[in-house]
Amino acid sequence: MSPRERRRTGGYAVAGRAVPRATGGLRPPHSDGSPRRGPARAHRSAGAPVSDAPDARRRGATHPGAWWLWAISLGTAATRTTNPLLLGLLMAASGYVVATHRSPTPWARSYGAFVRLALAVVLVRVLFAVALGSPIPGSHILLTLPEVPLPHWAQGIRLGGRVTAEAVVFAGYDGLKLATLLICVGAANALAGPTRLLKSLPGALYETGVAVVVALTFAPHLVADVRRLRAARRLRGRPDRGVRGLLQVGLPVLEGALERSVALAAAMESRGYGRTAEVPVRVRRTTTALTLGGLLGVCAGTYGLLTAEGGAYGLPLLLAGAAAALAGLRLGGRRSPRTRYRPDPWGPRAWLVAGSGAAVAALLTLASVRDPQALHPGVVPLVAPGLPLGPAAAVLLALLPALVPREHP
Amino acid sequence: MIRFEDVSVTYEGAAEPTVRGVDFEVPEGELVLLAGPSGAGKSTVLGAVSGLVPHFTGGTLRGRVTVAGRDTRTHRPRHLADVVGTVGQDPLAHFVTDTVEDELAYGMESLGLAPAVMRRRVEETLDLLGLAPLRDRPIATLSGGQRQRVAIGSVLTPHPRVLVLDEPTSALDPAAAEEVLAVLQRLVHDLGTTVLMAEHRLERVVQYADRVVLLPAPGAAPVVGPPAEVMAVSPVHPPVVALGRLAGWSPLPLTVRDARRRAAPLRARLATRAPSASAPHHTAATAPTATGGTGITAAAVARAGVADALPVPVSGTAPLRQRQAVTRRSLFRRRPAPAPEPSRTHIAEVHGLCVRRDRVQALRHADLTVAPGETIALMGRNGAGKSTLLGSLVGLLAPASGHVTVGGVTPHRTAPKDLVRHVGLVPQDPRDLLYADTVAAECAAADRDAGAAPGTCRSLVSALLPEITDGTHPRDLSEGQSLALALAVVLTARPPLLLLDEPTRGLDYAAKARLVGVLRALAAEGHAIVLATHDVELAAELAHRVVLLAEGEVIADGPTAEIVVSSPSFAPQVTKILAPQRWLTVAEVREALA
Repeated sequence: MSPRERRRTGGYAVAGRAVPRATGGLRPPHSDGSPRRGPARAHRSAGAPVSDAPDARRRGATHPGAWWLWAISLGTAATRTTNPLLLGLLMAASGYVVATHRSPTPWARSYGAFVRLALAVVLVRVLFAVALGSPIPGSHILLTLPEVPLPHWAQGIRLGGRVTAEAVVFAGYDGLKLATLLICVGAANALAGPTRLLKSLPGALYETGVAVVVALTFAPHLVADVRRLRAARRLRGRPDRGVRGLLQVGLPVLEGALERSVALAAAMESRGYGRTAEVPVRVRRTTTALTLGGLLGVCAGTYGLLTAEGGAYGLPLLLAGAAAALAGLRLGGRRSPRTRYRPDPWGPRAWLVAGSGAAVAALLTLASVRDPQALHPGVVPLVAPGLPLGPAAAVLLALLPALVPREHP
Repeated sequence: MIRFEDVSVTYEGAAEPTVRGVDFEVPEGELVLLAGPSGAGKSTVLGAVSGLVPHFTGGTLRGRVTVAGRDTRTHRPRHLADVVGTVGQDPLAHFVTDTVEDELAYGMESLGLAPAVMRRRVEETLDLLGLAPLRDRPIATLSGGQRQRVAIGSVLTPHPRVLVLDEPTSALDPAAAEEVLAVLQRLVHDLGTTVLMAEHRLERVVQYADRVVLLPAPGAAPVVGPPAEVMAVSPVHPPVVALGRLAGWSPLPLTVRDARRRAAPLRARLATRAPSASAPHHTAATAPTATGGTGITAAAVARAGVADALPVPVSGTAPLRQRQAVTRRSLFRRRPAPAPEPSRTHIAEVHGLCVRRDRVQALRHADLTVAPGETIALMGRNGAGKSTLLGSLVGLLAPASGHVTVGGVTPHRTAPKDLVRHVGLVPQDPRDLLYADTVAAECAAADRDAGAAPGTCRSLVSALLPEITDGTHPRDLSEGQSLALALAVVLTARPPLLLLDEPTRGLDYAAKARLVGVLRALAAEGHAIVLATHDVELAAELAHRVVLLAEGEVIADGPTAEIVVSSPSFAPQVTKILAPQRWLTVAEVREALA
């Protein structure tokens, strides 16, 4: 049975069974003997296997946090090297996993945008190196641009002049590193959108999280609005391109976006967003004390760690502060009566996905210490980068998640 | 279940209360329809039930509203969320999550229901609303009807005792609207949910209502009663009621079935004067002949009933061929202009047009020809390609293959400045066309854009909207008024081809009647008009030809009478009541009887 089928039958099995009802101060309107159950049971009773435990978790789904960890680990690995072959391999591996496992949500479409952005980053980095010069000494002169003389206060800045192959290659490597990072973030977006990650936030942070995600979706809506209104300019007989066109639609776009946000806020309010549970004053005070104290501890601890003389108390203070803050968050969650629908389980798949990412990051970090030459191919003198076999094999570990069965066939 | 006690609502900055003297009670398990012209305060009354008025919108509410015993004065909307489910006008603005299943669970999560209960209710609701095949789908990929059902489902899962819906079917095609209404019926009859809904398209919903609350005018006290009684005095009413009032039936019929049972004498009276099977010679003498694509052969109707006279779907070039048939009569005598004489120059031609939109094939080999003075209705499901076809005609979308010519130019290669002289489009949301702060500035800009003499646009606006003042902000206009303003802006350039996308969305009957008058006059002046619409009554009143689209293909193209009469979902109410005679609108019947 595929995971998907299991989920379905799980759902059917639950129908009409006696399941514990909502607890707490909530009064389910159609209480026992709810008429709502009637028709659903009637048409489902045929042949559905019956099990006792309701499937309240989303089996077969990989925890979104695992995908984010995997992607962030790959990004970390990318920062350890400038070898274009290894970076290319990292991009290819993440791209392959995205191709096999991308989610069908609109977030997945942003992968293309991230790839384009990454390309732009490489280009911009190289262009800057060409136009502004580079501190990298080099002897292979590709071309000489006319140099713009600058006043003496702008010393150290150069416009135009000699462009060496070494400078261009160095900039290219550097840009590629950044591009790989961006592509990894794009991969995380495509594999598990931020909204899915949101479900795993602690209750106390949930509402802030919703606000952040709604703000994130604001941008794509805005882009769609701008596009629609610029098209509408054409209908008025005005050119639909150019900066002026963009400026003129600015106000209507913002008005429209504001109206939509207000409508969404109204819908969320009437669906119970922001309901709070009554908590005893004592718990509330403890929460505040823990959170504030914890954050202070974290600040002091970090300061201690960074300054030379605070080495002794820095780490313990940081850890204690973090623990207190976490406890405060957990206690704060009591104020929110929210429950979670089918939370994503952290199962073997999540371990595999997150583990493969972590392994890549760890192995590349290790390699960058052991063999910095291979991971940072020389620019001066200019040599062709070689493919170090060990790190390359480590990067291929990032492909392991491709073996995980897909959630969205 | 819902009790209004002498409620009046005054919004901030308004001199007069928006609603006044609202005093009625909705018992449990009733479906109550809130009717009235736009601006009469329907949304305000709905908002008062969910507590959004005044907690969210501001303003002052006098009197008292209680829902399931909870006073909205002391309960914020979020604390009413477990008894009231609210779906607003635009379902897209309602969604918080990405996928159908999560959306259904969202409300329950906020209320803190146990995971096992949530899981069971989601499965039940998926089945109840027929959403099971869509459970994993991202909401962005759903059609209009599916979105509306998901929106209803998302407020059903917390098991509210009251459901409040604002125009649940206005944006939907006839089939999707029936889907949604069937679900509401089931909720009311099987589960005893109380439903309060506002809707402009009364022809779709009035027969399902147990009672109607009519808000006759802004600030006027509501009239509450059984649908038939309220409809007898209502300024807004569906065609079946208009026909019943015309024929003097009492009590008024609300469904096509009731009306048909009473209509035998009327049919007999009409048979002698009607352009129908019985008397071909009579009407042949009086009606104008040679009416392009709009006539139907009397002989064909005489020989057969409606069922046999179903047209074979014909392609876009068919009207030319049809013009050579022998006997022609116009059913559309009320039209100021008979449809155009055959002319060789088509104002717009579309041949083998394919358009891709976001990796979806929105149009496949579509053909369409538009002659001057002709009015064409594009109909079909949400997402069938109607807007895409209109977009291609104004050059918003470039064809993947095939070609489009409008007035001899290719739209997407023509500079916008020149194109506005050939074709104008009023988009689905007319506010998209309006940028300025005041009506006067908007008109001045329109004159400049079109290169028209100053004052051209303003005089058009005055003709369409006599009551509007120069200083009004376009965003403060009602739906009907902003449509009229956008229409005036587009007409300033005098385009011979006028396109309208869903012009009647959100319009009440009065605004619709005004629009029909304006469009008829434009057609009489020789403007060709193409409108994409779900409104069968509008198509019946206006269009000479109907073009049906499905999955991006033209599946039928022919005279309105033939296409709509042959379709169960696209036939207007009058046609259904008076079949096999081929009447389309109440106005036609009234004229025939006069």
